[in-house]
Amino acid sequence: MRKMSPFNLAVLCAGIAFLYLPIVILVIYSFNASRLVAVWGGWSTRWYVELAGDVPLLESAFISLRIGVVSASAATVLGTLAAVTLVRFGRFRGRLLFAAMIYAPLVMPEVITGLSMLLLFVAISIDRGFWTVVIAHTTMAMCFVAVIVQSRLADFDMSLEEAAMDLGASPARTFLAVTLPLILPAIAAGWMLAFALSLDDLVIASFTTGPGATTLPIRIYSEVRLGVSPEMNAVCSIMIGVVGVAVIAASLLTKLGAARGTPARV
Amino acid sequence: MSNPRPDRSFMAKLVVGFPYAWLAAFFLVPFLIVLKISLSQTAIAQPPYTPVFDLAAGWQGVRHFFAGLSLDNYAFLGSDPLYFLSYVKSVEIAVFSTLLLLVIGYPIAYAITRTPRRVQAVLVLLVILPFWTSFLIRIYAWMNILQHDGPLNQLLLALDVVREPPAWLSTNTAVYIGIVYSYLPFMVLPLYATLEKLDETLLEAAADLGCPRWKTFWLVTVPLSAPGVLAGALLCFIPIVGEFVIPDLLGGSRTAMIGQQIWTEFFANKDWPTASAVAVVLVCLLVTPIVVFEYQTMRGVERS
Repeated sequence: MRKMSPFNLAVLCAGIAFLYLPIVILVIYSFNASRLVAVWGGWSTRWYVELAGDVPLLESAFISLRIGVVSASAATVLGTLAAVTLVRFGRFRGRLLFAAMIYAPLVMPEVITGLSMLLLFVAISIDRGFWTVVIAHTTMAMCFVAVIVQSRLADFDMSLEEAAMDLGASPARTFLAVTLPLILPAIAAGWMLAFALSLDDLVIASFTTGPGATTLPIRIYSEVRLGVSPEMNAVCSIMIGVVGVAVIAASLLTKLGAARGTPARV
Repeated sequence: MSNPRPDRSFMAKLVVGFPYAWLAAFFLVPFLIVLKISLSQTAIAQPPYTPVFDLAAGWQGVRHFFAGLSLDNYAFLGSDPLYFLSYVKSVEIAVFSTLLLLVIGYPIAYAITRTPRRVQAVLVLLVILPFWTSFLIRIYAWMNILQHDGPLNQLLLALDVVREPPAWLSTNTAVYIGIVYSYLPFMVLPLYATLEKLDETLLEAAADLGCPRWKTFWLVTVPLSAPGVLAGALLCFIPIVGEFVIPDLLGGSRTAMIGQQIWTEFFANKDWPTASAVAVVLVCLLVTPIVVFEYQTMRGVERS
């Protein structure tokens, strides 16, 4: 039997506290009426109100959201195709290179990915801005999507596809009618991850961005370098709130999808 | 056609070709460009390096292009101790923080497997959740805590642990705290994945044969979780070596990590060839542990 020793319980509590305490402290301080960290001036939402008037910040947030949606969508399509290639096409010429190109960006330091992307854009003299960031984010995120979708495809009941093909469906039709609905939860999770990665990215965006496309992380970073400020506490708290709600909603969706995708009920 | 044979229809070519072409164009080619520029010279021009590949000049251009390449930038890296110290510092920080992560992450992953199934799912979600909030925000949260009159120093003063509030920011300690905090999920999850698959009967057998609990843990659990340890260590070590944001925001300015060095070379010094050379050496440095890992896994597969 699995038994919980006091030591294990203490480890779990300490671990969870370590992960969440900094975030909780940040959110609490964002409601501090005083500008000074050392002084607690009572609860207040004044920093949130001030944010509403910060036009450059709001513009950056909007740019980040647009880049996130476009690059996550492109990355989901490319990543899903890549996953299908890896799992279903067996051995083909150049498979090793393909797999390497999928896995390498996952661990490649962002500084190098960003630098190499920028040098490409300079070499073919493309003006940097919104679309160069989208391309860079798509490239990075599609690999994460490919890995997620691939794992779902790998433990997927092949006999369903075979049945559809035996009944005369073309490979394309089989994919659209049978495979796609079954791997949809993984694709949705991939999109979410790609979106979060794009919203989160500072380094690659800094290299590939141009005038007029200052993303939210770049804006936050330039402020944060100067030190802690209550406005930044408020911005960060809002982002934490948005992400928290989105992730919990997504995990509920995935659970529903997974329950629907079990072979017993298909 | 009971077996969905990999067919080579037009559709299939499109499925393979699209992501393949994309990755080749935006991952492979850029990397080759980095390699090429690392062999070029700095120039006050646009783009700021020479030689520039000139297709219009034909064969003469190609010969001129290859004649212009040199290993000077790599010689420069070797001659200036600044870069060597950065590499050493990056690897040193990555090694120690990976060890720290292992020491902190292992008990957490182990403790999760000791809870009932339903609780395990919730705990895993709790470990992943902070990973979804922005990296930058998580580091910023620590800037809040570690600043001079921040909560940590207030707590220490209130508890009378210290007389004078110590400086945390701009120290290596702060960098380690930031790294451990950011990478903990990457360590805990692979460890949990292997520990969770551990065969309980092996532990029971050891207990039946009179092996004390701690010894069972050391002789059975730890060796069996080696693949998870290796995967977790690799997942943390590689990105930490190239880390930029954490040392930049939490660390001091005395010795920069290599990620910062590339950033400065590029943005502040505008020395693209040197930045590229630093990047190429970094990639070579990182490929080594991956090759070792692959070799170990291959050997593991052959043995089983």
